[in-house]
Amino acid sequence: MVALTLKRKLAILSDAAKYDASCASSGSRKRDSMGGKGVGSTDGGMGICHAYAPDGRCISLLKILLTNFCVYDCAYCVNRVSSNTPRARFSVDEVVDLTLGFYKRNYIEGLFLSSGIIRNADYTMEEIVRVARTLREVHDFRGYIHLKVIPEASPALVNEAGLYADRVSINIELPKDESLASLAPEKDVVGIKKAMGAVRVSESASKEKGRRTRAPRFAPAGQSTQMIVGADAAADGAILKRAEGLYGAYGLRRVYYSAFSPIPDATSRLPLQRPPLIREHRLYQADWLMRFYGFSRSEIAGEDEDLDLAIDPKLAWALKHRGDFPVDVNTADRQRLLRVPGLGVKAVGRILEVRRYKRLELADIGRLSRSLAKLKPFLVAADWSPGALTDRADLRARVEPKQLELF
Amino acid sequence: MPVVRLAHETDFDGWRAAARDLRAQGVPPSQAIWTVDGAADLFASPTSAGGVAVCEGSASATPAAAPPAFTVPKPFVDLARQVIQHRSDERFDLLYRLLWRLKDEPDLLHILSDPEVARANGYAREVSRAAHKMKAFVRFRLVHDEEGEAYVAWFEPAHRVTESTAPFFVKRFANMRFSILTPDVCVHWDLKQLAATPGADPADAPREDALEDYWKTYYASIFNPARLKVAAMQKEMPKRYWRNLPEAALIPELIAQAESRTSDMVRSAPTEPSRRVVKAAVRASRDAPYDGQAPVTLDEIAAGVDHCRRCDLWKDATQGVPGEGPGRARLLFVGEQPGDQEDLAGHPFVGPAGQMFDRALAAAGVPRTETYVTNAVKHFKHELTGKRRLHKTPNPGEVTACRWWLDAERRIVRPRVVVCLGATAVLSVFGKAMPIGKARQQALQLPDQAQGVVTYHPSFLLRVPDAKAKQEAFDAFVEDLKFAWALAA
Repeated sequence: MVALTLKRKLAILSDAAKYDASCASSGSRKRDSMGGKGVGSTDGGMGICHAYAPDGRCISLLKILLTNFCVYDCAYCVNRVSSNTPRARFSVDEVVDLTLGFYKRNYIEGLFLSSGIIRNADYTMEEIVRVARTLREVHDFRGYIHLKVIPEASPALVNEAGLYADRVSINIELPKDESLASLAPEKDVVGIKKAMGAVRVSESASKEKGRRTRAPRFAPAGQSTQMIVGADAAADGAILKRAEGLYGAYGLRRVYYSAFSPIPDATSRLPLQRPPLIREHRLYQADWLMRFYGFSRSEIAGEDEDLDLAIDPKLAWALKHRGDFPVDVNTADRQRLLRVPGLGVKAVGRILEVRRYKRLELADIGRLSRSLAKLKPFLVAADWSPGALTDRADLRARVEPKQLELF
Repeated sequence: MPVVRLAHETDFDGWRAAARDLRAQGVPPSQAIWTVDGAADLFASPTSAGGVAVCEGSASATPAAAPPAFTVPKPFVDLARQVIQHRSDERFDLLYRLLWRLKDEPDLLHILSDPEVARANGYAREVSRAAHKMKAFVRFRLVHDEEGEAYVAWFEPAHRVTESTAPFFVKRFANMRFSILTPDVCVHWDLKQLAATPGADPADAPREDALEDYWKTYYASIFNPARLKVAAMQKEMPKRYWRNLPEAALIPELIAQAESRTSDMVRSAPTEPSRRVVKAAVRASRDAPYDGQAPVTLDEIAAGVDHCRRCDLWKDATQGVPGEGPGRARLLFVGEQPGDQEDLAGHPFVGPAGQMFDRALAAAGVPRTETYVTNAVKHFKHELTGKRRLHKTPNPGEVTACRWWLDAERRIVRPRVVVCLGATAVLSVFGKAMPIGKARQQALQLPDQAQGVVTYHPSFLLRVPDAKAKQEAFDAFVEDLKFAWALAA
C-alpha cells in the first residue's frame, strides 16, 4: 500500500468531517497568549468565522477526523464500516502541526477533532485526548478546542477531554430512539444520554469550586449535539421535542440540525430523497423561538406536526393566533413584543429603550427593525393601526415571502 | 467659517479638542467645516490639545480663556471613537451635530430611532463589523529574516480599523513576530512593542506560503457540494475581501462543479446493506430481557433497569438508576424516584434531598454504606418548564411496573427492615396508601418476613417553610431513622 501524503490525508479526513454541522468557536472563557509561550486566544463571546465555504457554512475551526476507519455501521454516515470510501489516519503530531500552522496564519480559531471508532471506544478517546493534551501542555496552545466524545468511553477519559477542551459534543444523531436502533445499530441511546449526563455533572462540579482555587474549568463552552433531519420519518415536532428535552436535561448550548445530505456510496437503508434545506432552516428558527423568545415547543408544533416551509414559525404562530394582535409597540411588555413576527430580540431591546423617551411612530420602527412590511399587520404605533388588516382572510398571502428564501 | 483640519483620518483626539472648542464658542454645526490634512505638520498648532486641530476663519483660533465646561454621556465618547474609523466623509460633521444636539437633548443617544442617531449607530456597527472581519480575514505568510521567523499579512480593511484591531492580534500572537500591512497604516509587533508605520503597497508583502496549499485543500474538502448556498457565503464573506484570501480563488470552480458532484452521488446506486445489518437485529433484541426471568444479582438489575421498557418513563430520562449498597444489608431504604441530579449521575440520593438524607443519617448514627438505598421508581419522571426539569410524581401504573425491580432487589438483599421514604414508597411496598404521620414509629409486618417502617421523604424536609417547623420535622425524621436502625439490629 502506498503511503498517503499529508495533503491527501487532510483531504480525506476533512471531507469525512464535513457532515458535522457545528463549527462554532463561541462561548468559552476569555484568555490570551500574553505571558505564555505559545499562541492563541478566545474572546469568550461570539467566536470568529475565518472563512465561508460556498455551502454558506462558517469555517471557524480545523474540523477533521483523526481517522475515518470505523467499526460502526451507521447508515447515514459516509465513514461506516461497510462504505467504500477511501480511508486515512493522522498521527497525533500531524494534527498538532496542522493546527498550529493554520492557527499562526490566522486561518482558524482552533481545532474540532472527531474520529471514527477504531479498536474500541477507549482507545479512540485516548488518541483524541492525546492531541488536545499535546496542544495544551507541550505547545501552550490557548486557542479553541472542540472534542467529540465517544459515548462508550470511560468516564475518566471523558473528564480529561473536558479539561483540555472548550467544548465537547456527543451526537444524538436521530430524533427517535427507534430510528437510532435501526440506522445506527452499534449506537445506544441510553449510552449517549448517560454520557451527556456525565458531562453535565462534571461541568457543574467544576463550576462549584471556589474561584480562588483556580480549578480548571470543565469544557467552559459547554456541550452541543447534532441531529440528522430527514433520514428517518420523524416529524419536525418530534425533532423539536427531542431538542427541548436535551436542552432541559443536559443544559446543552446548542442543538445542531443537519439536513440529511446525499453522501457518496450511500446505503439502501436510507430514503433516496433528501429533505429541502429550508426544513433545516425552519428548525433552527423554531429552536431559536424556544431558547430566546419564550415559546414552548408545543406552541410551535405538535409532536406529529411538521413546520410550515413557506413561512417562518413565528409568523405561522401569529397567523393562528390573530386574537393576540395587534400589539401596541408603545405599551406592550417584552414577552408580547417578542411574539410579533419580524421583531427580533435586538429590535425589541431597542424599542423598549427608545420608548422611555418618546412615543414610537411607524417610521421609528422602520429604523429599529428590518421588515416593516411584515410587521405592519401585527402592531399598533402612535400613528398607525392595522384596522381590519390583522383579521383579513388573505393576510397570509400578503405577508408570505413571494418565493422561498433558500433552496 | 471655521475650518478644522485634523491630523489624520482617525484623529479622535484632534476632533475631540476641536469639537469641544467649537461648541464652547457656540459655533453651530452648519458653520463648521471638517477636513483631514495630508500635510499635517504645516498647520500643526503646538497649543491645541491632544492633536493638531486648528480652527480658522471667523471664530477665534485659540480657545476662549475659560470655555464653560460641559459633559457628555460616556456612551457618546465610545460611539465617536467607533464612528471616526468609518470611511464616510461626513463622520466628523455628523458627530459634531450630535454633540451640538446633546446640549438641549441630553437623552438623545437613547432615541435610537432618531435619524442622526440611527446613522451614527449604523456607522459604528459597520466599523465593528469591519474590525470583526479583519480579525477573521487577515492571512499571515511566514517569512524568515535575520531575527528568525516572522509572519506578514497584506490586508485591506473596509474601514480604518487597523490600529484599533491590532491589540487583538497582539494578545493572540504575543509570542510571534508579525506585521499587518494595509493601505492606511501598518502595524508591527516585535514581541515587546506594537509600532505603527505609514500605509504600504501589496508588493511589500510576501507572495506565498507553503502551508497555503494545505489550507486550500482543507477549504475545498470541507465544502459540501450537496448544499450550495452562494448568497449565504457572500453575505458573510463579501467579495471585496476575496482578493486577499488565498482560498477564495477556488470558489468559482467549487460552485461550478457542485451540481454535477451532487447528481453523481444521487445517481450512483446505493451499495448493498452489509452483513452488519444482521447485527442490528441482534442489538434490537437487547430490549427483551425483562420478559424473561427475574434478575438474580444486583449487577443484572443495574444493567436491566437501564434498558427497562416496562413503562414509558425511560424515554425522557437519561438512565435507569438502580439501588446502591451491599448485597446483604439489614436496612433497605426505598425512596420515590431519581431526581434531576440522580438522573444525570446514575446514583440514588445524590441531589439536594440526598444531601438532606445524608445529614439525617449522620445525625441518627446510621452508616449509609451499611444500608441499601433504592427507589420505588427507577427512572426520573419530570416535566419541562422552560429549560428546567421539574419533578413529577409517578402514577400508580408506573409504580406498579417498576415494583418488579424493587421486589427483585428485596429478594437479593433480604433486609430485616424496609424503610419507606414518603407516599410513593409506601404505595410500592405496601400496595396501598397510608397516612405517614400516623404510621410512623411502628414496625409493620411485610409478607416476606421483613418489617416495614414508614417515614417522610427527605425532600419533604426541604419544603417545610419556617425554620422551627423544619427543625422539628428533621428531628422527627432522625428519630424514625434511629427507630428503624434499632429494629434492624
